[in-house]
Amino acid sequence: MKKVYMDYVATNPLHPEVLDAMMPYLQEDFANPLSIYEPALKAKEAIENARKQVASLINAKPNEIIFTASGAESNNFAVKGAALANQNKGKHIITTKIEHHSITNSARFLERYDFNVTYLPVDKSGIVNPSAVERAIREETILISINHANPEIGTIEPIEEIAKIAKEKNVLFHTDAVASAGNIPVDVRELNVDLLSLSAHQFYGPKGASALFLKEGTRIMPLIYGGIQEGGRRAGTENVPAIVGMGKAAEMAKEKLSARIAHNMSLRDKLISAVSKIDKVYLTGHPEKRLPGHASFVVEYIEGEAMLLLLAGNGIYAASGSACTSKALKASPVLTSIGIPSHMAHGSIVFTIGQETTEDDIDYLIQKFEPIIKRLREMSPISQG
Amino acid sequence: MNIQNTELKFLDKPIHADAMTDIIYMMCPIHLLTIAQKIKEIKTGQTLAVLTDYDGALQDIPAWCGTTGNEFLGVLEESDHYKFYIKKLKE
Repeated sequence: MKKVYMDYVATNPLHPEVLDAMMPYLQEDFANPLSIYEPALKAKEAIENARKQVASLINAKPNEIIFTASGAESNNFAVKGAALANQNKGKHIITTKIEHHSITNSARFLERYDFNVTYLPVDKSGIVNPSAVERAIREETILISINHANPEIGTIEPIEEIAKIAKEKNVLFHTDAVASAGNIPVDVRELNVDLLSLSAHQFYGPKGASALFLKEGTRIMPLIYGGIQEGGRRAGTENVPAIVGMGKAAEMAKEKLSARIAHNMSLRDKLISAVSKIDKVYLTGHPEKRLPGHASFVVEYIEGEAMLLLLAGNGIYAASGSACTSKALKASPVLTSIGIPSHMAHGSIVFTIGQETTEDDIDYLIQKFEPIIKRLREMSPISQG
Repeated sequence: MNIQNTELKFLDKPIHADAMTDIIYMMCPIHLLTIAQKIKEIKTGQTLAVLTDYDGALQDIPAWCGTTGNEFLGVLEESDHYKFYIKKLKE
């Protein structure tokens, strides 16, 4: 049976050239980078080279990159670390209702320690209104965290505009760029952010390597104490192969960004155009300001999980909202935040496209999807059709 | 080995510094590693200011100055951190 992987937002396959770059550090070059003999110095140099490669992808300085183990860790580090380091100035944080759980749950954690959090609404495309951010800023606001692109609906936020407001009000600004970095241009100087999270496995790097950009001169409270790794900001023996892989993947993403965007966008548009024609299937997220490989929909009268199972039965691997909400069988807060009624939010389906996706794959999906919807609607007790 | 300048001395007002490093929230031994790095970046006769909230620095930084032959000029106690001043005496 044909296999079509359409869940690039969950993770990307490892690029073979990235694996090649990692292999020596999984085998002969295994030394601990903190040791002082020659093989250890080689490992240390490899980390510093990766730091330069990752910095270059987002136009940061190498000393502004802190390696972590996951996007979730980077987000936790940004929100908790920046909040705790600045609590003497105030205890108010602003975020949105459509953030990843690693942001919203970090904010909820801080609420237990007397921080106040404002969760801003978004419009029906998932866009945060910069004026609403401005109005929410108080004297005691110390941090604003808003995702660059939303992984569930693909919408890209006006980060530059919001960050400008944050700067004017002297408030730290963090953006979760896990879904965007390596997939669209991300320039920390243009965006004017103080902190930014990114993750290797979203741009053909390995799992287990992510990073937090921390603008030079920005204070942060470490979450993990121990050794002197990452300048004492994030202790723990470095995952050298994964970090090397992240560096190589970042270098390749920078080189191939335009070509990757063009490839993904053309297939995405074809898919959106075909699927939107199916009766009572609606595109979610912004029609234009969206990730190049992201096509998300709600399908009326059907459960997302049922669609996933039948698609998987045809070798098509997709997602229904975020992994967490999908597993919890809970209406996605992102979808309800953009005004989708809860009964429809359960019919969420997300197809994400990558470099291995072909036109033939998209044709195959289009051919299989409508009959699956029809079949499920015939079985559905709430279907009117 | 120069073992002078190891006595803890509190200042009551800031003094001029040619360079400053902020390592607030960083724990041992980052304060000593950072100073060793930053002192290399200034010229002999210049002063480095170090901002830290690590209490252990009250003992460690004067002692480090003694063992490395740099002059510990004193420490200023701010509301939530210390500001240490170190004068570089040799390359």
